[in-house]
Amino acid sequence: MASTTPLDIPPAPPETRSRPRSTGRAGDKVFLGLSRGSGILLLVIMASIAVFLSYRAYLALSENEGNFLTTFDWNPAGDPPVFGIAVLLFGTVISSIIAMVIAVPIAVGIALFISHYAPRKLAAPLAYVIDLLAAVPSIVYGIWGALVLVPYLEGLNLWLDQFFGWTYFFEKTEIGAARSLFTVGILLAIMILPIVTSVSREVFLQVPKMNEEAALALGATRWEVIRLSVLPFGRSGIISASMLGLGRALGETMAVATVLSPSFLVSLHVLNPGGGTFAQNIAAKFGEANPLGRDALIASGLVLFILTLLVNGAARLIIARRKEYSGANA
Amino acid sequence: MTHATTTDIQDDRPRIAPEPAKGGLSSRTLPRWSPIGFAVVAIALGVGISLAAGWHSRIQWGLISALLFLAVSYVVTTVVENQRQAKDRLATSIVWVCFLIAVVPLASLLWTTIVRGSERLDGYFLTHSMAGVLGPEHSGGVYHALIGTLEQVGIATVIAAPLGLLTAVYLVEYGKGSLAKAVTFFVDVMTGIPSIVAGLFILSIMLMAGIEPSGLMGALALTILMLPVVVRSTEEMLKLVPNELREASLALGIPKWRTILKVVLPTAIGGITTGVMLAIARIAGETAPIMLLVFGSQLINSNPFEGAQSSLPFYIYEQYKVGEVASYDRAWAAALVLIAFVMILNLVARGIARWKAPKTGR
Repeated sequence: MASTTPLDIPPAPPETRSRPRSTGRAGDKVFLGLSRGSGILLLVIMASIAVFLSYRAYLALSENEGNFLTTFDWNPAGDPPVFGIAVLLFGTVISSIIAMVIAVPIAVGIALFISHYAPRKLAAPLAYVIDLLAAVPSIVYGIWGALVLVPYLEGLNLWLDQFFGWTYFFEKTEIGAARSLFTVGILLAIMILPIVTSVSREVFLQVPKMNEEAALALGATRWEVIRLSVLPFGRSGIISASMLGLGRALGETMAVATVLSPSFLVSLHVLNPGGGTFAQNIAAKFGEANPLGRDALIASGLVLFILTLLVNGAARLIIARRKEYSGANA
Repeated sequence: MTHATTTDIQDDRPRIAPEPAKGGLSSRTLPRWSPIGFAVVAIALGVGISLAAGWHSRIQWGLISALLFLAVSYVVTTVVENQRQAKDRLATSIVWVCFLIAVVPLASLLWTTIVRGSERLDGYFLTHSMAGVLGPEHSGGVYHALIGTLEQVGIATVIAAPLGLLTAVYLVEYGKGSLAKAVTFFVDVMTGIPSIVAGLFILSIMLMAGIEPSGLMGALALTILMLPVVVRSTEEMLKLVPNELREASLALGIPKWRTILKVVLPTAIGGITTGVMLAIARIAGETAPIMLLVFGSQLINSNPFEGAQSSLPFYIYEQYKVGEVASYDRAWAAALVLIAFVMILNLVARGIARWKAPKTGR
């Protein structure tokens, strides 16, 4: 009934100023200063992350004898020091793409299941459980992936090699445990399922009931209702949910570091053990890194930072635009 | 010709609306239990094929059965009912299969952690450190890591909770113009910062200032990860506080800051507590910044401001790296402790949210 939007709060009445016992003004000033200050501090933190990382990265890059973008090696302790992010960028992107290809359709399916298919009594607890799963720490996914998932995937890998080896991607040319980019992709898919699901579910639940009822009244089956009214309405929501998931997958450290057996090779045979990602490389190389090595790792972290910044920023912009659109529609 | 068309139309009509068609007055429909029947047939076929082909992986069994389930239900529905109903049933089946595919690994994760973790988890494990324990030995515990986690998370909360609260107050109660817009946007972007990048940021400060690793440095990185979560959830909660309450308070001549402190925040305190607890649950499981900034230790160090410390997630990683049977057992037990900690925080937080939910004015 009454509007609950916070924007139309009346400003503090000016009469308080003229009153003799007014203590409000000074308090207001202090309070406003404090709260605005913490907002500004937040911006300062973001800016200084960029500045500090860039500075250290600059120090490292000026010592680098190889090309930072194209070198297939990571040897900052060598003489001359040579390191490059080609392998890391490749591994990060490939494993995240695999994760997205697996996770997004399944997550949309689960979101539809919760919002439109599940028995009503089951829907709320299910949504709750999915949210809880988002809270499982990544290191636990990591040891589960390394000790449970990897042995289980051996059979699947053989099978993929046998039947889909002709696609080049699934050709397994090296013998070894399934500590490959493909396994990492599957694990990342499992890890980002909860977030993609919960964001898409929110969007599906916001579809105007009128649209769905109109479709039903025209005799549409449940699938036709979803195709005609739910999915078009939710498309941008699904896109931004996927990009949020992608942001997580790009920066995931521990799960990749435990599962992958790293190597500095670029290979599209995703079933072969080997490859590397930004975060995994930092975790693996940090222990024995010399001062230049640390700066080199910071430089690779800066690239990761920019990558996630772009992905997340784009996702948020899509969400923001959608909000305006659905606000006009509500 | 015309005659045939009219009968077609008459036949079609009841099928268009799915609900009355279920009664089966004029068109053939499958019984309500048919999906279960399809599932049984598909699983039987899938297991049969897998056994015949000699596959060992249960993942293959499940995938084959799932594909057969989709195929069987589509074909049977096309034959018995019609194309549209078949598509509808296919979509329903796919959605169910998606759900089951997702449940299997998540259930396996929880089940493995509980079963393998409970083997080693006891009072001894919780009250002893790893001092003097070698990898293959079946002793040692998690006490030093528990202390580390509690202290680091505690420090991070003490810094991030007030900062986040004030930022949210600024955004909801004062925020207009470009500064508020920028803060909102960057809070969202900050939510997506990978934990390892937050760790590298603090590391680069440490390298410049020559600071040694300590629990405090890890806590600062955790603060960066926690801050946006607190801001976002507090903001949502403050927006739920009905405007009438603010207006009533302001109309009585109460200054704005007292209105916020005495009216707005107490109304939303339940939701704010929930948000802070969920944020704690999130950062308690972070490993990467601890690895970079706190360095890990086998000994009890209860001073977070000096010297290396350990933490639960980092302890799990260390024990995994050792690669012995006994160390895997310790890793699973610590994982169980960590999951229990995080889950209890989540459950309590959501309980508070339900119990103290502000009335939204409806």
